[in-house]
Amino acid sequence: MDVLNALVALSNFVLIPGIAYGSQLALGALGVTLIYGILRFSNFAHGDTMAFGTMVTILFTWWFQSMGISAGPLPTALLALPIGIVATMGLVVVTDRAVYRFYRAQKAKPVIFVMASLGVMFMINGLVRFIIGPGDQRFADGERFIIKARTFKQMTGLDEGLAIKTSQGITVVTAIIVVALLFWFLNKTRTGKSMRAYSDNEDLALLSGINPERVVTITWLIVAALATIAGTLYGLDKSFKPFTYFQLLLPIFAAAIVGGLGSPLGAIAGGFVIAMSEVTVTYAWKKVAGYLLPESLAPDGLAQLLSTDYKFAVSFAILVVVLLFKPTGIFKGKAV
Amino acid sequence: MKKLLTATAAIALSAGTAFAAGHAKEVKLGVLIGFTGPIESLTSAMAGAAEMAMDEVTASGKLLDGAKVTSLRADTGCIDNGLATANGEKLLADGANGIVGGDCSGVTGAILQNVAIPNGMVMISPSATSPGLSSMEDNGLFFRTAPSDAREGQVMAEMLKDRGINSIALTYTNNDYGKGLADAIQSSFEAVGGEVTIVAAHEDGKGDYSAEVAALASAGGDILVVAGYLDQGGLGIIQGALDTGAFDTFGLPGGMIGDSLPTNVGPDLDGSFGQIAGSDSKGAEIFAGMAAEAGFDGTSAYASESYDAAALFLLAMQAAGSMDPAEYGAKIMDVANAPGEKINPGELDKALEILANGGDVDYEGATGVELIGPGESAGSYREIEVQDGKNVTVKFR
Repeated sequence: MDVLNALVALSNFVLIPGIAYGSQLALGALGVTLIYGILRFSNFAHGDTMAFGTMVTILFTWWFQSMGISAGPLPTALLALPIGIVATMGLVVVTDRAVYRFYRAQKAKPVIFVMASLGVMFMINGLVRFIIGPGDQRFADGERFIIKARTFKQMTGLDEGLAIKTSQGITVVTAIIVVALLFWFLNKTRTGKSMRAYSDNEDLALLSGINPERVVTITWLIVAALATIAGTLYGLDKSFKPFTYFQLLLPIFAAAIVGGLGSPLGAIAGGFVIAMSEVTVTYAWKKVAGYLLPESLAPDGLAQLLSTDYKFAVSFAILVVVLLFKPTGIFKGKAV
Repeated sequence: MKKLLTATAAIALSAGTAFAAGHAKEVKLGVLIGFTGPIESLTSAMAGAAEMAMDEVTASGKLLDGAKVTSLRADTGCIDNGLATANGEKLLADGANGIVGGDCSGVTGAILQNVAIPNGMVMISPSATSPGLSSMEDNGLFFRTAPSDAREGQVMAEMLKDRGINSIALTYTNNDYGKGLADAIQSSFEAVGGEVTIVAAHEDGKGDYSAEVAALASAGGDILVVAGYLDQGGLGIIQGALDTGAFDTFGLPGGMIGDSLPTNVGPDLDGSFGQIAGSDSKGAEIFAGMAAEAGFDGTSAYASESYDAAALFLLAMQAAGSMDPAEYGAKIMDVANAPGEKINPGELDKALEILANGGDVDYEGATGVELIGPGESAGSYREIEVQDGKNVTVKFR
């Protein structure tokens, strides 16, 4: 029984939130890594692209809610998601045509692209705040929980509750579907293969007749979809606020770099490494240890390795270690 | 040549005096608060309140022989010292005669040390509550219409004790305000025999607080006290703690009191309680009515303090007969405290009149202003309980 209690407490506070957060980071990091792989620069505007997509989704969610359209127990936002994706696709294609294409034609250095993306970031940042405002927006509806902590306690008779939010369930399921689709696309379709070819060796790809503008456009479209999905899932699970999305950039880049910039598989691994390390290293093991150890050995203190103040230090320490010993990341991406 | 020079000099001189004369007719007050950042949802009402006092004074036409008061808004970002200092400098360059602000304690200290003290500018903060600001060397340039958190810590400890709570888990937003308040709550609560199981910081603006909630839950306690911001980490922590079933009831200090919190969290927040600076003086009611007319929410946190801050500036200027910070600065304590005629919000007209005739005023304002010690509010608090999704004032302490 004690072992079960310990396991449940651990899942409730560490595993489930960690997995959900990891999936969200992984989806975000996938977008960053694709841009890095194909367009060869770090897109600082990614966090705000996520915010833009989520904003459109939220606006349509509200519209659907006002018309009484709902997805039953699932959040209405899932219905509005495709519209958000299309709008974001429009936005990124426009910014690509207006900004990045100019620098591509000039064969500008990556750092110039990065700076340009910083500018785009501030513009989207302003646009989003202008349209939906800087405040917190809530748009989650439908059933909030798959299982509630209290219900779980009554059902099982355990001392510890286990809560799984609908948004967490949806996040993980959607992430799996999206990642499966992306890998199928990259590995099996002609367009996906031409993207990988372009990423591996631009000149060779051009020689073999791949149209670079087409590859770039398709990359942006995929990235827009990934960003909107990641942003909406994050917003459903927590809440939408432009400022938070801007701040998300940091863990997303950490995830992409740890996994290996340019490697889709790495982005996913990186997302989970960062999320899990933030939660586990700073977890106070007092409760779990109290269940598992005999009473005489149970800790008096919190049994916390590091205070939660250091949770970002943990992910960045991992980042530094990876860059020192394996600069290309866990899954051998392009050198940074 | 000589004539030309004389003429130029004469023109320059007359232009100079014309400029000075034009200047005397205008008093500029900087409103330097966080229009972006963690408390951005509070600042529009705060700025609205400060500007309401300025408009009231302008409309009366009695300040320094009919001076017009204009507001210069600038942003601190609440947590961005660089931005706040730069904007403080900008306000000085724009000719501000006084600064209402800053808002959050960290940036307020930064503006005070880097801008106000070197330039001899007076600041009245409506919302910086860190105890650290009490002991900071300020050359008599810094005042606040909000009480120090050291007092809030005592109030919170009393309240917890009265409600029969013996152990709390405590989390704070990782800045001067949060740390100062958390220290005050912890020491006051332990002094009355309570137990604090854990004190953990959280960063604002991150969205994911699983790690913090996990640590807090593991430590346990009767309730969770969240010394944070309602738009930021504080909200995330409460949401996370409720979702995982870690805590049911929350202690909510000043930064967490606002209408958006019960709205965002929903019915689960019912029964949580907290306190915010505020008094049962008549002024609060009058102010709320005036604010409603002006089109903003007068009960929004720190709105009334902002009104009082702006009003204190203008009354002190009137009392000193000058808008030079070096001259009116010393008058702020005089107009705020007894002796003199009590002044409620909406009566600035009357106060200006009395001061112009050489009389004394005791500005009560919207918060029952009483400045003590190093120029900070003495501090009465409203005890708030969340009932049916609303912040209800249950009593005053």
